Amino acid sequence: MMNWTFFHKLGSPRWFYDFATRWQPWLLWLSLLCLSTGVVWGLAFAPEDYQQGNSFRIIYLHVPTAILAQSCYLMMAAAGLVGLVWRMKMADVFIAAAAPVGASVTFLALFTGAVWGKPTWGTWWVWDARLTAMLVLLFLYCGLIALRSALEDRDLVAKASAILVLVGSVNIPIIKYSVEWWNTLHQPATFKLTEKPAMPPEMWVPLLIMVVGIYCYFTVLVFMRMRTEIMVRERRTRWVRQLVNEATATGGH
Amino acid sequence: MSFNTFQEFLAMGGHGLYVWLCYGVGLAVLVGNYLVAGQARRHTLRQLAQRQRREALRQKEVNGSKRES
Repeated sequence: MMNWTFFHKLGSPRWFYDFATRWQPWLLWLSLLCLSTGVVWGLAFAPEDYQQGNSFRIIYLHVPTAILAQSCYLMMAAAGLVGLVWRMKMADVFIAAAAPVGASVTFLALFTGAVWGKPTWGTWWVWDARLTAMLVLLFLYCGLIALRSALEDRDLVAKASAILVLVGSVNIPIIKYSVEWWNTLHQPATFKLTEKPAMPPEMWVPLLIMVVGIYCYFTVLVFMRMRTEIMVRERRTRWVRQLVNEATATGGH
Repeated sequence: MSFNTFQEFLAMGGHGLYVWLCYGVGLAVLVGNYLVAGQARRHTLRQLAQRQRREALRQKEVNGSKRES
């Protein structure tokens, strides 16, 4: 017998608000710790690549942001499904909060990729499968944000965004397998769950730390945005009124 | 440490521009996201507080006019 208590609690805005408020500072510290360790290790201590020299250090920003860009979209698709099937309102709160963060992370993955491409491939951009599919992902994020701001009715927004993210998630396997299906300049995945990494540990340990750090930071940003969104949606409830009173009395947070 | 001097570290073996551009923009985007989210939160709190004050005021007026009539 599965325990559904957690799922039901997750559906309660108030419970989630308190949960996020409690965890946010810890996650922020953990993410700052990981990100600063990873950046210093990756930039100054990791050995340089025997082929690419020091430009390879861009990997410590590029790979974590590229992984997060895709998994953020998958999380939104999962939330969209939950929202459509179980009519869980919190699912749409998540999508609302994750979309802008996901868009900016996708932008970073593309930007760092372009800047890394210049010294490595001799060009900022090529229209190959991996890069194009990633650009499509950025457009999907932007489309979602535009759609959400264009519609007024909250139920309609939730339904339309859920359908959009679900349809758009077709793009994720295309991004993933693009380097295998088509000829491409882009190198295959650095991390595979089934194999040992091809890099030495001095190179991939900081990368792993960066991945953990960026996920924690993403969670902090999403929690902040979700809490704001919950406040707006639940503004007529007694607990939010009280919260607003207390926050304005203490002048802020 | 894979660099001998601070100058070498900044130069990144001739790739300094690319590496620092990436990390500069990365820092800006990540910090920017935090600032925007915090700003949105404070803005919402202010708005909700204002709305509550307005509602309380209106409530008071309604009560007052009831008493007069």
